[in-house]
Formats: sequence, C-alpha cells, structure tokens
Amino acid sequence: MLKVHDLRAGYGKSEVLRGISFEVNRGEVVTIVGVNGAGKSTTLKTLCGVVRAQSGRITFDGADISNRPANEIVERGLTMIPEGRQLFPFLTVKDNLLMGAYKKAARSTVAKRYEEVLEMFPRVRERLAQHAGSLSGGEQQMVAIARGMMASPKLLIFDEPSLGLSPLLVEMMFEIIEKITAQGITVLIVEQNVFHTLKLADRGYVLENGEISLSGTGQELLDSDHVRRAYLGM
Amino acid sequence: MDIFLQLIVNGLLLGGAYAIISIGLTLIFGVVRVVNFAHGELLMIGMYAVFLASQQLGWHPYVSAIPVALMLFVTGAVIQRFVIQPLLKADPHIQIFATVGVSTALLNLGLLIFGADVRQISPGFGAESFQLGELSIVSGQLVTFLMAIALVGGLHVFLQRTYVGRAFRAVSQHRYAASLMGVNVDRMYVYAFGLGAACVGLAAALLSTQYPVFPTVGSYFTLTAFVVVVLGGMGSLYGALIGALLIGLVDSLAGYYISPDLKEVVYFVIFILILVVRPTGLLGLGRGSE
Repeated sequence: MLKVHDLRAGYGKSEVLRGISFEVNRGEVVTIVGVNGAGKSTTLKTLCGVVRAQSGRITFDGADISNRPANEIVERGLTMIPEGRQLFPFLTVKDNLLMGAYKKAARSTVAKRYEEVLEMFPRVRERLAQHAGSLSGGEQQMVAIARGMMASPKLLIFDEPSLGLSPLLVEMMFEIIEKITAQGITVLIVEQNVFHTLKLADRGYVLENGEISLSGTGQELLDSDHVRRAYLGM
Repeated sequence: MDIFLQLIVNGLLLGGAYAIISIGLTLIFGVVRVVNFAHGELLMIGMYAVFLASQQLGWHPYVSAIPVALMLFVTGAVIQRFVIQPLLKADPHIQIFATVGVSTALLNLGLLIFGADVRQISPGFGAESFQLGELSIVSGQLVTFLMAIALVGGLHVFLQRTYVGRAFRAVSQHRYAASLMGVNVDRMYVYAFGLGAACVGLAAALLSTQYPVFPTVGSYFTLTAFVVVVLGGMGSLYGALIGALLIGLVDSLAGYYISPDLKEVVYFVIFILILVVRPTGLLGLGRGSE
C-alpha cells in the first residue's frame, strides 16, 4: 500500500534521512522505532508532504506521492495524527472532529462517521461542546485520534501517541489502537515506547541516525539482542 | 433628553458604517495574520467603482453593492496571491511594509486617474432623512447599520457551519494541523483576503450614499477601523461589531458634549487605555481565539 524507496530528506543543508526504504502492506500494523533525533518524525512529515523529499520515491496505492501538497496526500487517504496532538485549541471538540472530515471524500458520510467515532470514544462525546484546549492531556490525545479517524483514512499514521501520557493512559491508548486495527485500517506507528509498540505491530523497522538498521516482525525485533540492549535496557 | 437620544441613535448608526469596514479588516487579520494597511485604499477603489457605475450606467449605489463586492473579492485575492503569499515565510513586518506599499501605490493610482477632486453621488434614496417620533434618521445610515448586523450574522453562520468557514478558524489557530486535515492553507488565505476585501466593497456601496469619494477617503475610515479592531480584539468578529458601535457612540457623544475637534482625541485615549490595560481587546482571548 505504502512503499518508500531510498528516501532522503532534511532541513536546509542538514540531511536527516539518509536513504531509507520500507513498506506498509494493506491491513498491517507497522512500526518505526528509534531514539530521539533518529529521524522518525521527519520520515512521517515527508510522507505527509510537510517536509520536502530531496530524493527517493514514496508511492501510495501505486501513485507517486513524493513532494505532493499535503492536502492532496490527505485526499488520497493518508492521515497523520501528529505528535503533541495539535488540536485546534479554541475550536470546540465537535468542530475539531468535523475538521477531521474536511477532505472532500469524507464529507458525504460525515454524519455516519461522526456517530461511529463517538461510539469508540465515549469520553469524547461528553466533551463535545468544550474548547479542545481546555481538556486534559489524555482527553486531548483521544480527540486527536478521533479527529484522525473522522477522515476514514486508508492508512492512519500515529506520531508518538503515548508521549506525555501516564502509564495507565498509555495502556488505554494502545488498546484503542488495537481496536482501530481490528476495523481493518492500516496503521503506521512511530514510537519511543518500543516494548508496547513491537508487541502490537506485525512488523517493525529500527531507525538509527537516519538509516534503517534492523527490520523484522514485531516478535523478531523484541527477541533481537540489539533491540533488547539498546531500547529495552535488558 | 431628546438630543441625548438622538446622539445615541446617531452614534449607533455611525458605528454600523465602521463595523462593516472593520469586519473585513479583522477577518483578514484573524485568518491570514496580516495587518492590511491597504484596507482604506480598497474602500477608495470600491467607492470610485460605485461612483462610475452611478455616473456612466445610472446605477443606484445599492445596485452596485454586489458587483463591487465581487470586484473587490478578486482584487483582495490578487493582492494575497501575488503580494502577500510570496512573503508568507518572511518576517511579519515585511508583510506590513508590503501592504503599506500596496496602499501607497493604489492611492497614487487613484490620484492619477481621478485627480484630487471630491466627487459626490446624489442617489435619492439613502441620502434623505425621515422622522421617527422625535428622532431624525438618515435612511442610508439605517440601511448601513442593518447591513452590518446582517453581515455579522451571515459571517457567523459561514464560520460556524460550513467546511470552508471552519477551515478559516482552524487555519487561524493552527496552520500546520489544518494542513494535516487536508486544508489547502494558501487557498484559504486567498479566500479570506478576498472575503475581507469584499466586505469593504459592500461598505463602499453603502457609504457612497452619504459620503463623497476622493483618493484619500480610505484613511479617514480605516484609521478608525484600526482602533475598532484593536478595541474589539484583533480577529474577533463580534469584537469588531461591538468596538464599532462603541466608537460610533464616543464619536457622536464626544463630538457634541466635548467638542467636534476633540472627539478623535477621546477615542484615541480609549485606544491607548485598551492597549495598556487589555491588549487582547474586549473580546479577544489571545492569539487565535476567534
């Protein structure tokens, strides 16, 4: 579904991604793990058209989407739930969700989708009339995921969804991601919380200094000495 | 007492005129985050267009309202697309200089084409006044006031209920997040600038029944509009309406009870007090709150 080939990208003259290749197949949960500064967020931003690719190719459903405008990429069915939630703080939760369905393909079924999403997130339903900025961190993360779901994406990308959440909320969040994948939505997830993510994922890639250093199934990576030593402290 | 009531009515009606101009300014600032110093010159262009339509085609200013608003939508969109947009990544003060440049260019274009003469339309309806009990009301002022209320209501519905309106608010609060939702941010800026300019086009048609047109007519109104927008809270739609009505009242009351020459002193004192005491304005909650 998503194929990334020899992708190079960066900011100005500093190269962050030094030719990475990976792919996500339909129905899979794929994760990219790595420490701070490895290039995880840059990878995602390049996929979404926010950061320019210097070379390489990104194809989605067979079409080349490298360096296409962000709004076109969203229209094609690739939605990212950004790091740090990035809600519209002075919009109500309801309006935040409706913004999630901004893309043209999502507008015709918005009422139905809205109900489905609220069913998944009962806590969000209680907050619909509040400004998104007034919610707690955990609630904001739920709204951010719900907003991403409103687009009915083919591929949903999570950037550090557990960042800044309490351990209990992290558990809850991973349960929600499991529910989402059970609906058949393909998921690409980037995390520093390596243990949880690899347990959840079908396959994973380890990103180090802008290069893919290791790949395999979630279990293979969990068992690998390198991952255990460098990321799990075992 | 009668004179007091008359002054209140005059003030509110005058506020309606300020409101329409200020709404466009606050919309452009709220969404695009650019202070449009060419706003007054857009009003001037609109008023000349209304004047020409009246002189050449015999159109009443109110008939010109829609075509002139459309014309200014296009003008505003062109300014955004070709002047502001290339500067979006530059410092904000560069954008301000750009709008000042546009303002000066348009002002001198006006002088070149029309000369410095003051021109007045005699429209019939819109210029005469009628009695309502003890009160004397200029029909054009009443129309302007009602249109200002209708415009605020219409924009409210647009901003709350439509996808594009919601995207306006989203972009003003968080450009990056809006682009991740599939919003074409640059296009929203072009629409917002166009819509803000179209409000001025509407104002031009409404004001032409009461005010003459000359190349610097814009500065007379926009200086006040800037006070209104800061007073109400930059980017706040209702703030602009309330600010405009307040300034209208101050204008009317201070002009009578203090001195016509000092009324501007009074509202600039209010302006400075607001900046000192509540820099976000009466209804502003801070950046991006509209």
